[in-house]
Amino acid sequence: MSAHLQPTGSAYFIAKETEVAETHTLSVLVDNEPGVLARVIGLFSGRGYNIESLTVSETEHQAHLSRITIVTRGTPHVLDQIKNQLERLVPVHRVVDLTVRAGTLGHDRPVERELALVKVHGSGDHRVEALRLADAFRASVIDANIDHFVFEITGKPSKIEQFIAIMKPLGLIEVCRTGIAAMNRGPQGM
Amino acid sequence: MSGTENQMTGAEIVLQALKDNGVEHIFGYPGGAVLPIYDEIHQQDDIQHILVRHEQGAGHMAEGYARSTGKVGVMLVTSGPGATNAVTPLQDALMDSIPLVCISGQVPTSLIGSDAFQECDTIGITRPCTKHNWLVRDVNDLARVIHEAFRIAQSGRPGPVVVDIPKDVQFATGTYTPPSAVPAQTSYQPKTQGDLKKIEEAVELMKTARRPIIYSGGGVVNSGPQASHLLRELVELTDFPITSTLMGLGAYPASGKNWLGMLGMHGTYEANMAMHDCDVMVCIGARFDDRITGRLNAFSPNSKKIHIDIDPSSINKNVRVDVPILGDVGSVLEDMVRLWRAAKKADDKTRLADWWEGIVKWRARNSLAYAANDDVIMPQYAIQRLYELSKGRDTYITTEVGQHQMWAAQFFGFEQPNRWMTSGGLGTMGYGFPAAIGVQVAHPNSLVVDIAGDASIQMCIQEMSCAVQYGLPVKIFILNNQYMGMVRQWQQLLHGNRLSHSYTEAMPDFVKLAEAYGGVGIRCDKPGELDDAIRRMIDTPAPVIFDCRVANLANCFPMIPSGKAHNEMLLPDEATDEAVANAIDAKGRQLV
Repeated sequence: MSAHLQPTGSAYFIAKETEVAETHTLSVLVDNEPGVLARVIGLFSGRGYNIESLTVSETEHQAHLSRITIVTRGTPHVLDQIKNQLERLVPVHRVVDLTVRAGTLGHDRPVERELALVKVHGSGDHRVEALRLADAFRASVIDANIDHFVFEITGKPSKIEQFIAIMKPLGLIEVCRTGIAAMNRGPQGM
Repeated sequence: MSGTENQMTGAEIVLQALKDNGVEHIFGYPGGAVLPIYDEIHQQDDIQHILVRHEQGAGHMAEGYARSTGKVGVMLVTSGPGATNAVTPLQDALMDSIPLVCISGQVPTSLIGSDAFQECDTIGITRPCTKHNWLVRDVNDLARVIHEAFRIAQSGRPGPVVVDIPKDVQFATGTYTPPSAVPAQTSYQPKTQGDLKKIEEAVELMKTARRPIIYSGGGVVNSGPQASHLLRELVELTDFPITSTLMGLGAYPASGKNWLGMLGMHGTYEANMAMHDCDVMVCIGARFDDRITGRLNAFSPNSKKIHIDIDPSSINKNVRVDVPILGDVGSVLEDMVRLWRAAKKADDKTRLADWWEGIVKWRARNSLAYAANDDVIMPQYAIQRLYELSKGRDTYITTEVGQHQMWAAQFFGFEQPNRWMTSGGLGTMGYGFPAAIGVQVAHPNSLVVDIAGDASIQMCIQEMSCAVQYGLPVKIFILNNQYMGMVRQWQQLLHGNRLSHSYTEAMPDFVKLAEAYGGVGIRCDKPGELDDAIRRMIDTPAPVIFDCRVANLANCFPMIPSGKAHNEMLLPDEATDEAVANAIDAKGRQLV
């Protein structure tokens, strides 16, 4: 009634977000057809959702089904929207929020593993130290010369982060990571 | 299904698949990459092709056709620019849930990716503006893909799809599979039946409500005539007041006694006040759009909300609801009406007496009032006269986008669904005229009027040529105020009345323009002559451009200024120059 007496917003309604963002891991089962990954990624970029990690590969060859694992960050409301929007895509069969599911199954979080290749260049003490630490982290040497190693390391993302950080002063050259593969504990499938 | 009788070229398969999906009309424009399909069109009579003048027109025509018939609209375009011109109507159809199949030609598969002449990544470009799309590389997949395209376009929440067909696939020979032989895709199975427990919960809430309201939307129209019928029955049974979004007009008749008028930014006072003060809101096939809700944290603060929608991503997107019901509006309403009838002994209509008393008071505020004028035609008056003089006829109305669109929604009373075609979600200027042509193709003997603005109409005016070619007697009723009126209204509200580029200095002579195209032009600038001029327009059996000169500076009220709540409307009698200038403060302006 007294619109002209009160301050107001803009042409659009910009509301402050009060919920706290959480990191969740989603498993998405899709038809392995051309463009399906572009649809999923386009949905995330178009609607302003985050992707922290993304892994995809065909997992059921006969049915031509691929499994996409996405780590994303958002408020519970946004995470719900992401799930609903993904389910709307025609080639998407199922979307499971593994983090939520882990909670209902009584677990802390789903099993999450990542593989990284880490190249380290050095000689003398650095080289010895790199090899010793790799052993402690259960990383294996898959290529070596007298002045470099390529390590293969598998584990939780936090373990890989830690290994990379330690290798930095020892001559770290480059890193390649696969992104996270994940599933829930227990006998049931997604 | 073997042998030679099912062997066809790709182009033949396209035509056969369209026929088998019940298509009678397609809207299109030829070009290099679709010539084989055009050659097939030339050699048959079952499907009529309407030649447009710009691919955007083809898309909006298909939308108007679809919206007015409940069928799927079909457009046909060539590669490259043909496909990029289709993007606007595709996004328009996506936002307004219109079933649309767009068939596009593509350069031969061997040239894809080589930057060939008229090549573009149609699938990449249209991916975010379609429900789904396909590039068909093998002629043996073509029939299946087209059948799937029709299924996906019209099931669940309807929407647009694109089938991109390289030219060599149109020439190649392959096997045709009829629709019945194509199994439905397992990954896409929209849920139409609502959860009965949720519906029971909703009915329980509705039974005890003291200040209920029904807020319906375009989903009711999309669900089919039965859904509108059930909506009317539900209103009759419950005696709840009902309001509707722009897209839902006509599902409940404007003459119905429980009708509050449209809600939202330019909705009526009674509709918005009732939304704000209600205790139970029943949202049926609407999506809590930002033009509807106003400031979200002040939106209907004390109500329990029931939301019926076929699209799970619409539920809890903008507004958190208490009882979500996932399903087709028609199916859910059927259950709801049945449950209400079964529980009717508990229903005591006197509990709503206070609520209705309040609504009557809000109605008496007469929020659509405007100052009548004997010298210049007020735009609201022009719509009222058009409405009165077209009563009793089989009328369809389309609009462009802007002030005239809101006035049409406010002052034209719709009694039936599928009679009102407007670009709600995307707000596409240039939508209304081609949409009207699409409606007229589907309903050749009906009165089809595009209520237009002088700026919007010029965005797709070239389709006059199409209307004349096919003898489609579409009427363009321009509320000509020489301004992009809605842009100007916002500039007055937000930008200190600095009217940057919202005045049209060089306006075409619309009467001469109509004549140049082979149509009929009528001009009227006196209220006293308006009725006769409108009658003449209605009686003319040819395309007409009606240049209705209206008050230049009229603005559209009531209005919820942005960032305001439903109960903070700017009403016409309060909208003095000063109030308009101060409605949005300096801090708000910076946020735009």
